[in-house]
Amino acid sequence: MKLAIFGGIYNNYLALEAAIADARARGVDDFYCLGDLGAFGPHPDRVFPLLKEAGVVCIQGNYDDSIGNDLDDCQCGYTDPRDNHFAQISYEYTYRNTAPENRRWMRDLLTELRLEVDGIRFLLCHGSPRQTNEFLWDSTTSTHFLDKLARDHNADVVLATHTGIHWQRELSEGRRFVNVGVLGRPENDGSTNVWYTIIRTGNDLPKPTGSAPWDSTVNNTPIQIEFIPLAYNHERLAQEMQDEGLPEEFINTIRTGWWTTCLEVLPSRERRAGKW
Amino acid sequence: MSSLPTSGNVPHVELRSLDELWFQVSGTLCNLECTHCFISCSPHNDSFSYLSLETVAKSLEESIRWGVKEYYFTGGEPFLNREIVPILERTLEYGPVTVLTNGTVLKAEWLSRLRDAEQRGSYSLEFRVSIDGPTPATNDPIRGPRTFERAMKGVRLLVEHGFLPIITMARTWDLSEDERILEEFRGVLKEQSCDRPRLKVLPRLQIGAEADRSEGYGQHDRITPEMMQEFDESQLICNHSRVVTDRGVYVCPILLDAPDARLGETLEAAAVDFPLSHGACYTCYQYGAICTNLSAAKSSTT
Repeated sequence: MKLAIFGGIYNNYLALEAAIADARARGVDDFYCLGDLGAFGPHPDRVFPLLKEAGVVCIQGNYDDSIGNDLDDCQCGYTDPRDNHFAQISYEYTYRNTAPENRRWMRDLLTELRLEVDGIRFLLCHGSPRQTNEFLWDSTTSTHFLDKLARDHNADVVLATHTGIHWQRELSEGRRFVNVGVLGRPENDGSTNVWYTIIRTGNDLPKPTGSAPWDSTVNNTPIQIEFIPLAYNHERLAQEMQDEGLPEEFINTIRTGWWTTCLEVLPSRERRAGKW
Repeated sequence: MSSLPTSGNVPHVELRSLDELWFQVSGTLCNLECTHCFISCSPHNDSFSYLSLETVAKSLEESIRWGVKEYYFTGGEPFLNREIVPILERTLEYGPVTVLTNGTVLKAEWLSRLRDAEQRGSYSLEFRVSIDGPTPATNDPIRGPRTFERAMKGVRLLVEHGFLPIITMARTWDLSEDERILEEFRGVLKEQSCDRPRLKVLPRLQIGAEADRSEGYGQHDRITPEMMQEFDESQLICNHSRVVTDRGVYVCPILLDAPDARLGETLEAAAVDFPLSHGACYTCYQYGAICTNLSAAKSSTT
């Protein structure tokens, strides 16, 4: 099987459109999205027809829970006042511009999804299997924590998003934790592209060589995890954000690839990789 | 109004998961004697003493089974412990590390070794430096003469070695002053080549030396069972942490002087419910996540 897993979309319908086309061209069988459909970008309602037309199976992120249930904020989990200030601007914009039927649709999404593909047990969640808005960063999450998480939740592969930066860790007995990245904004690395993940499983895959970090077997089934950098019309997105009156700080991130907000929640290692 | 909890109706918190393991690595020994210290650390307070590398190593091995996510080191002043550098190097092989320091005794050679250790692995090494305000005038009366200048020198040294220290300050001012003080501190840090200042304001804990400096908790400053209804327990550190000391495993780094805070000799023995009977529990309840880093802050979802 070949699966495409999308992380947070953050209203970036242009990246979503490009990701669906890219994944189709790569022969993907099924599409999944790990939630946070809104935030940051322009025109929230443009995301939903694309998801439905492509048959993307979505689970609920903290943003979708908030918008769907008319909450006061996005529950993104920031504690810094400046981070919360900007989060609130995009939350209010997104809430205001999301049609009631789309809000209802988000309200009813499941918070996790379990799949068994070629004998591999996948657990799809937003932040972590135990808390929707938990930040699991590469540099501040021990391997034995992830091992216990996967074991406790009876999963071979845990798929999450929420932090905005893709990474993966191989765990004991071939288990894995994978943060699939996000389509919503670039990864604070100075590149304007965004990321999604393709997972291949099954015996049609070449035998694992051990030379590539994503080659291994889970329950005797080969699995390959590939992070896909995706170029899209980011200039058009930036222009539309400008036309919608969204903050200059957000537009700057789309145009430069460097995060300008939500920085305080970053551990030092991830923070040092960025410009600000 | 909520009733005052009596011994019969004190709410208890279970250890949901051991996410953070703390080490009281220099006990209550510190080169400074801050007037607001909640466990009254000083050069002479040896009621808790140094942890050896051997003790830490044993706990690290034990922690794997518990799925500990992050490790925190505190004191006293951790860098008074002669084994602190090998202890931190060893811990970075297990997971992410945060050290709480006053920044006044750091040495370049130690930081070079630690930077190398961090770069060898994939985990973050965070330094939290305690400085109580953006000027000597706010800091020194609490932390001691010239401590602002000495701690800022420590911050510069950390930045020179490629670290991004988090400055933590205990709020000895009115809550409404926070934003002004943070802005002023950002400016001061930028002047010192710390171009990405990370700041965290902490509430005062009115126990230990602080109880003498200002006032202790009143009898109504307690958590009642009603307050726990629909409250997200992960805001309380005892829900997801324990502290290893030279005298056994304690419930949290704040309540070391409380008679009921020692839970046992091992992590296994310390995995028991804890009664929230202290004034400091009330502060933890009010502010939430006061001991953890922003990157690990627990925020509830509905």
